[in-house]
Amino acid sequence: MSRTDPAAPMRAGSHDSWTRALSGWIEGLVPKGQWLPDRQPAYVASWIYVFGVACLASLVVVIASGLVLTFGGITWWHTNSFGHFVNSMHLWSVELFFATMVIHLWGKFFMAAWRGHRGMTWATGALAFFGSLGTAFTGYLIQTNFDAQWISTQAKDGLNAAGVGAYFNVMNVGQMVLWHVSFLPLVVGVIVGLHLLLVRRRGVVPPIGAESPVGVESPVAAEPSGASAPPETSGPGAAAAPPGAARPTAGVSAQEVGS
Amino acid sequence: MSGQLVTSTVPAGAVVQWGFLTITVANLIVILTMIVVFVLAILLPFPADRDEEGS
Repeated sequence: MSRTDPAAPMRAGSHDSWTRALSGWIEGLVPKGQWLPDRQPAYVASWIYVFGVACLASLVVVIASGLVLTFGGITWWHTNSFGHFVNSMHLWSVELFFATMVIHLWGKFFMAAWRGHRGMTWATGALAFFGSLGTAFTGYLIQTNFDAQWISTQAKDGLNAAGVGAYFNVMNVGQMVLWHVSFLPLVVGVIVGLHLLLVRRRGVVPPIGAESPVGVESPVAAEPSGASAPPETSGPGAAAAPPGAARPTAGVSAQEVGS
Repeated sequence: MSGQLVTSTVPAGAVVQWGFLTITVANLIVILTMIVVFVLAILLPFPADRDEEGS
């Protein structure tokens, strides 16, 4: 069959083009049906599992309000009522972002969420936390008010003592603006993206009382090729739910994947 | 006197001191609220799926 034959059918499943290979690679990153699953394990029916996505929703508002602020500039919110509203929305979404992130962290810490080959999920979450701290810090520095002046003049001494003041000058508003709106959001965005990918790849961690049997807790660990995980309809704690959880959803096993 | 001293109209926030620890009341309220929300998230039942209730 000639490659120049326009009527030649494309071979299904072959990786003879980079787009097809890329598509296959992306599909294989998570088990089948887990990119946007419509079903979750029964133990997810608990309020403590809400804070991860609440944190993510807050981040969306943070980014959206921050994008609007970039159009007006960093002093816009002092002179324009709409700018003041957007700035307040940015501030309070950040407050909500950090509050939900810390509660999410508490929940995952006491759940030992690094179990079941989820060490990198935990690590990327910790990195996202520290990256967010840096982003919030630079945000405080570019408020163009006395608060920003106070924080920057206090912080410069510590940063100079650490020997990084020449490269990260908190008294330089222009540098801090660019760190806040370009570099740090990019870093946090990439880390959060990796974190979400790993959550989808490894699955949501079960509560300690609902430990899955060894070998099937992680869908990807069981099937590296990305095939769907063996459904877990039995086993210790398969349908157990954490304290406060509603009764398990009928027909949803601890590891049931999306249909 | 020709000039007038410009002072901030924003009052300093109240603080709580406990030994070497000093924290503003605002930050203390936020932290305590987060702890309360965390405990409630563990204790409160999650609403069941409406579709599943009938079955």
